[in-house]
Amino acid sequence: MNQTDYFLKFKNLSPDIHDYQKANGYSGLKNALTLAPDLVVEKIEKAWLLGRGGAGFPTAIKWKASTGKTPSYIVCNADEGEPGTFKDRFIMTHSPHMMIEGMIIAAYAVKATKGYIYIRGEYPEIAINLENSLLEAEEAGFLGKNIAEGFSFTIDIIKGGGSYVVGDETALLNSLMGNRGIPWSKPPFPAKKGLWGQPTFINNVETLACVSLILQNGYDWFRSIGTPESPGPKLYCISGKVTNPGVYEAPMGTTVKDLITMAGGVIGTLKAIQIGGTAGPIYTSEALDFHLDFTSMNSKGGILGSGAIVVMNTDTSMAEVLEVEMRFFAEESCGKCFPCRYGTRQLSFMANNIVLGKGKREFLELMAETADIMQGSSFCPFGKSVEMPVKSILNNFSGELQALIRQNDYIREVQI
Amino acid sequence: MISLTIDKTTIQVIEGTSVLDAAKQSGVDIPTLCRHEDLTPLGTCGMCMVDIDGCKDLQRACITEAAEGMQVQTNTPQLRKLRRGLLELVLATHPDDCLQCIKHGSCELQKLADRFEIRTLRYDKYTRGLPLDRTAAGIIRDMNKCIGCGRCVTVCHEVQSVKAIDFMDRGSDTIISPGYGVSMGSSVCVNCGQCVVYCPTGALYEKEMIDEVWAALDNPKKVVVAQVAPAVRVALGEEFGMEPGSLVIGKIFSALRSLGIDYIFDTNFSADLTILEEGTELLERISSGGTLPLITSCSPGWIKFGETYFPELLDHVSTCKSPQQMLGTIIKTYFAETHNIDPENIVSLSIMPCTAKKFEAARPEMQDSGFRDVDYVLTTRELARMIRQAGLQFDSMKDEKPDPVLSQYTGAATIFGASGGVMEAAIRSAYELKTQKTLGSLDFTNLRGIEGIKKASVDIEGTEIRVAVSNGLSNARTLLDIVVEAKKRGEMPFHFIEIMACRGGCIGGGGQPLENTLAKRAQRIEGLYAEDKNLPIRKSHENAEVLGLYKEFLQKPGSEISHRLLHTHYTAR
Repeated sequence: MNQTDYFLKFKNLSPDIHDYQKANGYSGLKNALTLAPDLVVEKIEKAWLLGRGGAGFPTAIKWKASTGKTPSYIVCNADEGEPGTFKDRFIMTHSPHMMIEGMIIAAYAVKATKGYIYIRGEYPEIAINLENSLLEAEEAGFLGKNIAEGFSFTIDIIKGGGSYVVGDETALLNSLMGNRGIPWSKPPFPAKKGLWGQPTFINNVETLACVSLILQNGYDWFRSIGTPESPGPKLYCISGKVTNPGVYEAPMGTTVKDLITMAGGVIGTLKAIQIGGTAGPIYTSEALDFHLDFTSMNSKGGILGSGAIVVMNTDTSMAEVLEVEMRFFAEESCGKCFPCRYGTRQLSFMANNIVLGKGKREFLELMAETADIMQGSSFCPFGKSVEMPVKSILNNFSGELQALIRQNDYIREVQI
Repeated sequence: MISLTIDKTTIQVIEGTSVLDAAKQSGVDIPTLCRHEDLTPLGTCGMCMVDIDGCKDLQRACITEAAEGMQVQTNTPQLRKLRRGLLELVLATHPDDCLQCIKHGSCELQKLADRFEIRTLRYDKYTRGLPLDRTAAGIIRDMNKCIGCGRCVTVCHEVQSVKAIDFMDRGSDTIISPGYGVSMGSSVCVNCGQCVVYCPTGALYEKEMIDEVWAALDNPKKVVVAQVAPAVRVALGEEFGMEPGSLVIGKIFSALRSLGIDYIFDTNFSADLTILEEGTELLERISSGGTLPLITSCSPGWIKFGETYFPELLDHVSTCKSPQQMLGTIIKTYFAETHNIDPENIVSLSIMPCTAKKFEAARPEMQDSGFRDVDYVLTTRELARMIRQAGLQFDSMKDEKPDPVLSQYTGAATIFGASGGVMEAAIRSAYELKTQKTLGSLDFTNLRGIEGIKKASVDIEGTEIRVAVSNGLSNARTLLDIVVEAKKRGEMPFHFIEIMACRGGCIGGGGQPLENTLAKRAQRIEGLYAEDKNLPIRKSHENAEVLGLYKEFLQKPGSEISHRLLHTHYTAR
């Protein structure tokens, strides 16, 4: 099994700046500062770093939109709200400087003057520790005025208000500016008009940590790990019915089976696996052979997403899974657009009734149709993504759902 | 120009046109519940999804710009299914009381449900069970009927900058509410009613007073005296299938008489009266070094806005009551005296294009005669309902005259209904009264039109008088911010400012016939200026009845009795 420990090695080190520097930390920034900003972007492009937040968009292409207009901003998306995802928490707890270094490099590359770490409100202790890390970086001269000639950069921490949708970049920016956390339609892309109408570059915590690694070790090193289309190491979060749930690090393209083995194997008999977060499809054991990278997962009609893998065994009721998922979406929808605002509520209502034994046979078809409407007309990826879990449960586990509905029909008949 | 193809029709549109507008130009009406031609599109409803070649996902036609060579499909099986599904989802949250709804027949949701043949609902029907918010003086909110399109929020924030309402909560609990969930009556809402104008459903509507007015008409002890605002006469016809801008004042007088109103007067009369009072106030402030710029006080939406957001400028606001309140007072004093009627028995009724006028009439200080200046305010739409209830064939009614003494009016008065009209009327009179010369041209065309902020300067005997006009409260905010900044530097950018709360002026008020689009407002404005042009007298100070009122009762503009009855004061909020 092919494990890596570029991130995981920090588990046994303290998060302070000295330990990080001993482990080659901030050498990436020093390397970057010897180059012109364009060349830094070029290195990231050659490394073909894909955004680790979930969409897998090439980071360098985002950065290339920089025109040097001031002020411009770097935002670190640390609003890790995806259920079953806790990799950014690992980085921010054990190697916060890896992320901070990446942010400073990013700021240098896109000529940004100010950075914001938008951290989810549910991580209050991490936010406090991050403040310390920022002070350490400032004392060491990596943040503040004149980090290099003509390059000054500071970072502020903003705590989120606790909405899942704010993981979407435009919704995050709205929230950061103090507005309602609802998305806006792109264009304008944040790189053109973001915070307060100025160019803004948003990257996930893990993406920025990868930026540090690339500048420390070179793009050839990065591309030697993982697959040609999705290079580099990746943090995976395994939870559910496995012996040792947690964060695991492996090259992009590792199979699901290998990761489950790393986590000590399935408890009981495997029934279902959800890959990519709540918005990802729920597969049967066929998924064991899937390769976990952006390209392979997309070719299976799924997503790599944040790299969350939730394992379910035969003790799990799929009707309950459906209900929990739909309730989650109904509660977390921002309510901006009709399909998501009203669709999630009806999906949640139907799933809830199926679990309560009040399900109707026509619900299954209506749920699929509702998911189609949401996929077709939701404003942002949140509403569109509901289709994947709904459809995959309906397709892969329809027998179980129908049996439950039929059984309850039968019970009602007997009671009369 | 850009060339694109919509359902096999290739058309040319100007750059920046949305796909939805381009489709309209090619003859295809793409359904929408949230887009309105006058407002920034929000893209909330998803009804306008279209299929564009080369795009992976369906796109919202309202927020997608037409591009060269674009191939758009607007009527595919997938889209039809999606639109019906979306309508079902919305209808599942919407009460089924269409027959009792004030918007029955004009509701956009109802029209789309009909167009897409929604005959059954497969979804769980759920209602919110919220109480009506009747706390605002002019507007009722029924959030059970709100579909959450956000048009009211857009108009309240972007066009009016009042910011009384916004989205609250999230997911399917999302609702539109005044800040912090307070009631509409205790919010900063100015009752302008623009949210009512743009609401596609029956969630927002005027607080009706029709029943109270019928009761007054049925009561033999009561003498019902009505006045009609300038903007009503070029809009009411729309309710009966006539073109916007058609002048129907003669028919209105006739209809009011048929409804049983005892005396019919015209707010235009008191508009002329206002010009004499306000013009005198302006000339006095200029000659005596009083507080300038002077700001008009006719628009009650603006008054509450000013009291809320610009309390430091309240000294600048003219102390003159609005024409509605002036005529109301005169009816309860001079009219009551000369006709020997106990003011107690007079019901003073006004027909207004405006929901904020209901608020103004209810202001506690508006009873200088000891009686309420105005008892009931009906909007243009409410009058139309009364006319229909009485079975009157409005469009074929004969023109009639109002009752004498408080109804003669000049062209200067009738243009009060359009943005810039008060200013133009004031200049016509101020110039001639000050210089004792006759104006060559009475048309100040650069003050006319729907443009948000208009500026001009007039030379009166060597003194340059700088004036500014704004309509739409966000434009008022812009203009007043300039004044506040200039004041800090000790400068005075203008002598006189006219502010109207609604875009285009009163003709675009919250009580006007629906649809009340900017395009229709422009036609109504034309109607008013056409009447001005055709009237024999076009200057307020030449109104014989107004001059007669001064001679018999008020003595002179700005007199002690004028100040007691026709002027008011403001309260910072």
